[in-house]
Amino acid sequence: MKHKGVVLFFLFVPFFLFAQNETELIKKIKSKLDQVNDYQASGMLKIDVSFIKAPNSVIKVYYKKPDKFTIKKEGGISILPKGGFGANLNSIFITDKYTIVPAGETTLNNVKVKIIKLLPLEENSNVVITTLYIDEKELLVKKSVITTKENGTYQIELAYGKYSNWGLPDTVVFVFNIKEYKLPKGVTVEYESGDKKSKINPDENKKGKVEISYSNYIINKGIPDSFFGK
Amino acid sequence: MPAIINVRNLSKQFGEISAVNGLSFSVEKGEVYGFLGQNGAGKSTTIRMLLTLIQPTGGTIEILGLNLQKHRREILQQVGAIIEKPDVYKYLTAMENLRLFAAMSGVKISDKNFAEQLEMVGLTERSHSKVKTFSQGMKQRLGIAISLIHNPQLIILDEPTNGLDPQGIADVRNLILHLSKDLGKTIFVSSHLLNEIEQVADSMLIIDKGKKMAEGKVAELFSPTDTIVELETGDNAGAVQKIMQSSWKSILDKSDADKIVLKLNKNEIPLFARYLVEADIDIVSLTGRRSLEDYFLTLTTSNQHVDAFKN
Amino acid sequence: MWTLLKIELFKIFRRPRTYIAFAAIAAIIILIQLAFYSDGESFLQFGMQSLKDSFDINGKILSGYLVCFIILQTLLIHVPLLIALVAGDSIAGEANMGTLRLLLTKPVSRAQFMLAKFFATLIYTFLLLLFMSVLSLPVSISVFGTSDLIIMKSEMIVILDRHDILWRYFAAFGFAAIAMTTVASLAFLLSVFAENSIGPIVTTMSIVILFTILTTMDIPLFNALKPFLFTNHMLNWKGFFEEPVNYYGIFKSGLVLLGHILFFVSLAIFIFKRKDILS
Repeated sequence: MKHKGVVLFFLFVPFFLFAQNETELIKKIKSKLDQVNDYQASGMLKIDVSFIKAPNSVIKVYYKKPDKFTIKKEGGISILPKGGFGANLNSIFITDKYTIVPAGETTLNNVKVKIIKLLPLEENSNVVITTLYIDEKELLVKKSVITTKENGTYQIELAYGKYSNWGLPDTVVFVFNIKEYKLPKGVTVEYESGDKKSKINPDENKKGKVEISYSNYIINKGIPDSFFGK
Repeated sequence: MPAIINVRNLSKQFGEISAVNGLSFSVEKGEVYGFLGQNGAGKSTTIRMLLTLIQPTGGTIEILGLNLQKHRREILQQVGAIIEKPDVYKYLTAMENLRLFAAMSGVKISDKNFAEQLEMVGLTERSHSKVKTFSQGMKQRLGIAISLIHNPQLIILDEPTNGLDPQGIADVRNLILHLSKDLGKTIFVSSHLLNEIEQVADSMLIIDKGKKMAEGKVAELFSPTDTIVELETGDNAGAVQKIMQSSWKSILDKSDADKIVLKLNKNEIPLFARYLVEADIDIVSLTGRRSLEDYFLTLTTSNQHVDAFKN
Repeated sequence: MWTLLKIELFKIFRRPRTYIAFAAIAAIIILIQLAFYSDGESFLQFGMQSLKDSFDINGKILSGYLVCFIILQTLLIHVPLLIALVAGDSIAGEANMGTLRLLLTKPVSRAQFMLAKFFATLIYTFLLLLFMSVLSLPVSISVFGTSDLIIMKSEMIVILDRHDILWRYFAAFGFAAIAMTTVASLAFLLSVFAENSIGPIVTTMSIVILFTILTTMDIPLFNALKPFLFTNHMLNWKGFFEEPVNYYGIFKSGLVLLGHILFFVSLAIFIFKRKDILS
């Protein structure tokens, strides 16, 4: 009997240890990200949405703890998917109120990552589930898949460089759902070339992609709240 | 004398309507040529063909010895014209109008010439007034100035006295005579007002329904062999009775209480006068009245052939 | 020819009616600028409703470039009517005034006369567009500043970088000049047939309005007609505000319009040379 208990103990301990590892991991990542009170960074914004033609734009990104985030294009217009872009990872960890569920491991870009699911405990949370792909060694979130009630599922892929110690990425790619866009031709008054084929393939319509390449982070130098007003 | 205008067999068909039909005439250099016809006879159509505003259906036109179709530009540099009422740009001044049309004539004209031209037509004081403030007579005078500014050899006037008062009509008449007699211009003037034409024209052409009715020197056409004589006596009824019983009865045309009208050869008038005296008919007045108007009316309302009027 | 052209330009610009078009354009542009100055933001929010459901749009949307674009979009429907006012009067006006018969007794060929009239109308058209461009672009920029330009088409949204816009406006105004000349040449042709300018002006306006309605209605039956309507090709000034610019399409439209111009003017001269002047 005693052997059984020891065996069971040794069987379950890893599980507990395992679960504790995930919690620890999340805690470590959160505290890493918590180093950043605010930052401003220059970046290049690329939009890849079937019905939007926009040039690659030089932008400035501003973040202030816990959830203030804005993108400004100097002297121009920036267009981003609704939902606060979500490129800001820190907002994922705003609340402690979630259940952490381990979901195994996988490889992303030849790097072993742990898959951890976060289930919000709040009933009225817009987020249904967040799946994080974490590089345990570097303590970096490489990918995040977030399912929301209102905006469907979107995905964030992050690549890091010299700011990895801060948990701040060099590149973020954000893939999201888009609604169909259409305006009546009588309103837009356009030239009709007579080509029957629509330029937009309806099947391609469903997902959009936004990519920001960051450079020159200025971290924890202070940003006034007024900056984030429209 | 060389012909300035030489028209051969000119025709114009507007659909089914024959506006001008086989018209031929010549205008000599330096003469005033009257072009007569009732309204709608084809005068304006003919003049518009002379000025290349209308394409002839048939025939040839030579002006200044050149074929009009082939040498239009050279010819028109030497032609000045007024067609019906002279319409100019009402929102421009008299001087601006004059300069504008002068510029199109291809001839260099000095400022002095412009001033002289306006002086000649009596518009110096109004040269910088907008034409919309002008009377009909003033517009006519401006039209004349425009037609003369480039010193053309041939001047074509289509109904130049239309809408003018008696003074205006007299001015135009004097101008025509001055241009012809003093400056040696050839004038081709059309009208339906014969008393105006007979005072200025050297030769004339009468048309009716697009066809020539008569052409020749005014002096010759003016006195055809047949003359209308109006006789007024002390007793017109008695005089008529006597004439009816005499060998002169065929010359009686008509009579009323006021006068007796007779038609006879002009050479016979002295003989007839002698008969009246011998027949004891008291002559109150005996007038030979064969004006151009009567002649014109006769030609255009009767079917008399042109040959009947040749001497 | 140069003398004739100078005479025609003199006549056009001494006539009070000529300035109606300039006044009308100035009034429309200033009204649009005033409207946007006082209430532009809320108008834009409303206009971009469908986009704002899915996207956050930040930055300065209301700029001089956008106001100018809206002005062009509005005016290039209405300016043709103002062009017809002068072009339709070219020959018919002279006939009505009675001056045509005097002009054509001058030692000038009818073809030269017509060409001088047409080129004078062309210059008037260009000056009208130049006036419009100065009033709509520099003035809008000075009042509203510059920013990126967001253009909402029926199936696409185009955002143009603010440094990449000015040349497009020069090109668009150039194309608009060809478009307006097409209308002018139609009115010019119709002017040959009338002795009163009302007829050609109203007929030109009617044709332009009818074709514009057919061009803007999104009905399959009409869509098949559109490539054959010059009013459709006139819209291709917007082609310069696409990314990438469809140069081939714009060039094709330009050729179609030039073809119309050549046809209308040649026909006008051909008919006029043979016309009996009875006015």
